[in-house]
Amino acid sequence: MSDTKKSFLIINRKAPYGSSAARDALDVALTISVFEQPLSLLFMDDAVLQLLPAHNAAAIGQKNLSANLSMLEMYDIDQLYVCQRALEQRGIRPDDIELNIILLDQSGIAALIKKQDQVLSF
Amino acid sequence: MIFSIVVTGAPYSSQASASALQFSRSVLKLGHTIHRVFFYADGVHSGSALAAPPQDEANIPSEWTALACEHDLDLVVCIAAAVRRGVLDENEARRYEKSGHNLSPDFTLSGLGQLVEAGILSDRVVTFGA
Amino acid sequence: MTLHLINKTPSESSALRDSLSAVSNGDALLLIENGVYAAMPAYAELFTRLPGSVQCYLLEDDAIARGLKDLNQDFRAIGYDGFVELSCRYGKVVSWF
Repeated sequence: MSDTKKSFLIINRKAPYGSSAARDALDVALTISVFEQPLSLLFMDDAVLQLLPAHNAAAIGQKNLSANLSMLEMYDIDQLYVCQRALEQRGIRPDDIELNIILLDQSGIAALIKKQDQVLSF
Repeated sequence: MIFSIVVTGAPYSSQASASALQFSRSVLKLGHTIHRVFFYADGVHSGSALAAPPQDEANIPSEWTALACEHDLDLVVCIAAAVRRGVLDENEARRYEKSGHNLSPDFTLSGLGQLVEAGILSDRVVTFGA
Repeated sequence: MTLHLINKTPSESSALRDSLSAVSNGDALLLIENGVYAAMPAYAELFTRLPGSVQCYLLEDDAIARGLKDLNQDFRAIGYDGFVELSCRYGKVVSWF
């Protein structure tokens, strides 16, 4: 493992379950944390739907994503950024989300991207 | 400059793998280095040795193989994504007791750590998504 | 500074919209694959609010493949070598798909 540190940002833009994107992103997030690299996650567009509570993915033969999302805090990934407009467009209140999130407006998102070394998109 | 390339779209279903191939050729032609090409999600199908497109169409998996041979490229296929989708090397075929294996010998199955390591060691990571 | 890579038409996904909301001064946009359709004049309105410091490019092969001509003059057509050079010139590449 390298001593070099790079800051990583994972941009999530897809709803859960209908495609593998949300799970793929989460697996990469957990791996980045194993490498002890600075990591932030950004939820834009339909990805904010990943953050809704009370998933029961067994109903469609899949594993719950929300359980893994709450695991992120255990892995010290506590920089969860959420696009405020994406929540508003979907009628989701920040209080509906059971994770510690930081709301960002458009300029906040641009600033977050600007300060990263590597950005991976899902 | 050191590049790594990430491909998440399947060849023939999306343009991702073909675009990544063209981009990689230019990276090498201009004298830069490719640390690794990482195939993730549906991108793992680029590693199939059994793809048999019509003769008047590009054979994307063999074009990757040819480029890898010429430039000694590290082509890594995400093992978890690949095994789920039935892209297996000989070892995995044995482990899961499957009758055959289809990963081209110029590709390697490995974990997501190879993607993260590529991100740490490369100046640029360019993702071709579907 | 960031090179934003967009490979979807304006209505195929939120890729273009999201990338436009995430650009900073001095960034660049590069349209590839189906993304090049966004350079059709009918979509010019989408780009009018971009800061003047944001350079716009499109991948020429993808435009030729799709028979596109007389595209938005604000986009400069480049080849794959140009794509690589832009990736070097900007500090990172962010893909929107």
